[in-house]
Amino acid sequence: MNVIIGLLSGIAASMGFGGGFVLIIYLTVFTDTNQIAAQGVNLLFFLPVALVSLIIHQKNRLINWKTLLRLLPGGILGILLGAFIAAHIDVGFLQKLFGGLLIFVGCRELFHKNTDSGGEKKERKTDTARQ
Amino acid sequence: MKKFFMGALCGLLNGLFGSGGGVAAVPLLESSNLEPKKSHATSVALIFLLSIATTLSYLLGDKLDFGLSWQYIPYGIIGAVIGAVLLKKIPNSLLRRIFGGVMLFAAFRIMMK
Repeated sequence: MNVIIGLLSGIAASMGFGGGFVLIIYLTVFTDTNQIAAQGVNLLFFLPVALVSLIIHQKNRLINWKTLLRLLPGGILGILLGAFIAAHIDVGFLQKLFGGLLIFVGCRELFHKNTDSGGEKKERKTDTARQ
Repeated sequence: MKKFFMGALCGLLNGLFGSGGGVAAVPLLESSNLEPKKSHATSVALIFLLSIATTLSYLLGDKLDFGLSWQYIPYGIIGAVIGAVLLKKIPNSLLRRIFGGVMLFAAFRIMMK
């Protein structure tokens, strides 16, 4: 079972599908690992798996370093802020909000028209800005 | 400046929920006119760097189980190679639809908690 879960999580993680969902769900639902421990396992799992993926992605020239570097400062600040907020408020309500956002974006992605027109991208830009 | 806030949003979600930042990162990257494949690969890079910070904080809090993690890592690495090769080959439109499905599944799980 570990082989299947490890493989599936690795495939999902390297493709940017959030491999964490596979591993965390398995650990919390099918073994009696608690949520925090499962998140820790997922983090340790993700680091080497992501490193291998990134080497291949880099070879395939799929990583946009310029965008990445511009996202990073905000990202680090956001993590600190997120961890601080999580320690002080009810995260359950926030999770519901996040779930709502995922339903919205998920439906858009799932049922998108098969075109990559500029108009569609612009529309999506304003949506994410609003959130 | 916009990129700063986009990054902050990814980090915020990652910090709040432990995971989930990646799910937000991909559509954010796509919205800045990055093609889907590059959005996915770049999101892995972003989450990788952000995860290093999160892992350190878990390490300080003594919340890491190395033994349990090692049961999955070797297979995960094989999976990573398969996934990375697939990402290069998969059509962008199909990629977005699969990802949309994953997001809905994630949403369902979050709502059921």
